[in-house]
Amino acid sequence: MGPLAGAALLGFLLWILVLRSFTGRRFAPALGATGAALPLLGVLGWSTRALADAFPVAGPAALAGDLALLFAAALAPLVAGAVAGAWSGGRRSPHRVAYAYVVPAMAGMGALVLVPFGLGVLLAFTRHHAGTFTWVGLDNFIDILSGGGQPLWAPLSFYFTLVVTLVWTGLNVALHVAIGLGLALLLRAPDLRFKGLYRVLLIVPWAVPNYITALIWKGMFNKQYGLINEVLGHLGVEPVGWFSSFWTAFAANLTTNTWLGFPFMMVVALGALQSIPADLEEAAEVDGASRWARFRHITLPLLKPALFPAVILGSIWTFNMFNIIYLVSGGQPEGATDILITEAYRWAFEQDRHGYAAAYSVLIFFILLAWSLLTQRATRAAEEAHG
Amino acid sequence: MTAPSDRPLPRWKTHLFLVVFTTVTLFPVLWVLKMALRPEQTFATGLNPLPTTISFQNFTDLMSEPLFLTQLMNSVVVAAATTAVGVFLACTAAYAFSRFRFPGRRAGLLAFLVTQMFPGTLMMIPLYVVLDQLGLLDHLGGLVLVYSTTAIPFCVWMLKGYFDTIPRALEESALMDGAGQFTIFWRIILPLARPAVAVTALFSFMTAWNEYILAATFMSDETAYTLPVRLQQLVGAYTTEWGHFAAGAVLVSTPVMLLFFALQKHLVGGLTAGGVKG
Repeated sequence: MGPLAGAALLGFLLWILVLRSFTGRRFAPALGATGAALPLLGVLGWSTRALADAFPVAGPAALAGDLALLFAAALAPLVAGAVAGAWSGGRRSPHRVAYAYVVPAMAGMGALVLVPFGLGVLLAFTRHHAGTFTWVGLDNFIDILSGGGQPLWAPLSFYFTLVVTLVWTGLNVALHVAIGLGLALLLRAPDLRFKGLYRVLLIVPWAVPNYITALIWKGMFNKQYGLINEVLGHLGVEPVGWFSSFWTAFAANLTTNTWLGFPFMMVVALGALQSIPADLEEAAEVDGASRWARFRHITLPLLKPALFPAVILGSIWTFNMFNIIYLVSGGQPEGATDILITEAYRWAFEQDRHGYAAAYSVLIFFILLAWSLLTQRATRAAEEAHG
Repeated sequence: MTAPSDRPLPRWKTHLFLVVFTTVTLFPVLWVLKMALRPEQTFATGLNPLPTTISFQNFTDLMSEPLFLTQLMNSVVVAAATTAVGVFLACTAAYAFSRFRFPGRRAGLLAFLVTQMFPGTLMMIPLYVVLDQLGLLDHLGGLVLVYSTTAIPFCVWMLKGYFDTIPRALEESALMDGAGQFTIFWRIILPLARPAVAVTALFSFMTAWNEYILAATFMSDETAYTLPVRLQQLVGAYTTEWGHFAAGAVLVSTPVMLLFFALQKHLVGGLTAGGVKG
């Protein structure tokens, strides 16, 4: 860690110097470019080396080395662009200042998010066996999308898991929004006593680390000693083996995730409600609009801009909610309640099929990308419609 | 003309509903507290969620484990370092995204959003390789690097939204007075954005403090474990030391909860203030 820490410190100091010196003095652009380029080049250097060393690829040609070079080549224009941007800005353009502020975060993201992501994508085209990776082209994808040799609706097929994941995400987000918004509307009343107390107590689930939530709820749903079965017992219901059939296991996951997820939406909705002027609704009330009509035509449309980003973020988080599925149902029964992300994890770390798992993950990424592009479009259309 | 649905819910009904809902919500939390305060290792039984005994046996058991304090310190160090690195990088980046129009701005913002969609399973093996090459496996520094980059995108979006709401007139008058760009950022914007920065810090802290699967994958040496890894071990496949686990859960959750309550007014300020506008 010694040299690395030193390098990091040096880079940091240099960067601060750059930030401070950007007041239009003569050497600022040159200094800025250097400051921005150094960490990036360093990152590139070691990641290339890391790549070449780390992937012993079967076959005489050191395919890994080539891939690494290819990857570095792909990144190089980015670096060049950043440097050129900082340079060409010169005296007249303010851009170099902006780059000086953005580059460190970008470099960090590049090194520890984009490079691993790129590596992961490369892995999706390989097959892993006993420490070596063999290039297999699109085989993994073909295998996955054709159902992996099983019927398309078998619990281990990609399509089955995809449907489970979509249902999981849709139900969760719907419940989070419905409960969160409902509570926010109740807590909004100006003269409600103890509302601060309710509010504080209701965000508790959000503050509990989610792996702890998951493990506790797993205990609650335990067949022998779980609290849920005990409550049901008092009502005269036989103990339910929650994790032995699909829907009950799914319900257990859903309950857990709803519990931990609604406070976020409640807080978002409360924040957004504050910004809605009360006189709008009062005016509508005077005009004789019913409660529901006021909510439907005034409150809801005004809430949308604030709720929308939260819903998109929430749906992405839920889609990839590894901890809950992995720790509560663990995919039981027989992998049926697994969502795509836990399924991919199993392929990688239980079946040791790293390439296959990577291909799974690439598919997950594209699904989410398509979803967010779609929603981005919707937001933009909505913004234009509203002027 | 008043429709029946127009009459607001009577107050007592609202309270009744909220009290019942809050109680149900808090049930699992009280349950953990009850288990933590009983000197037993079984899952608590009975419907009463309130502690019937007060014993700190589980806490002292846990504390006297030879490695517990080391692991607690690991968690503290990792979370603190992640917060410092993550918040600092996110603040500067968010400032640029909010105040400057430069080529690549939209792409950069979008890139931050897109990284939220990278599935963790895709990153795990490559991250392992990268950390291995850097000699950072089994080293807390590796976790700090990974966690701060995980935390940055969300923080940037939050902060950008908040910065956007700070009127530019303030900066313009400071510029007139001859203040440099960095002075403006450091002396004007950051202090004004204090609540948003605090919330960002909280989220960075939580990212590191609560993360389990990466820590479990990258740290094989027990002295480098963080608390979540240790706590997860207590919940075994066949037996669970529920008492010890609950005591650990209380220890781990308390600081986060306190921070949450301290910052609760500002939790989503940046997110609702700006929205996801380019």
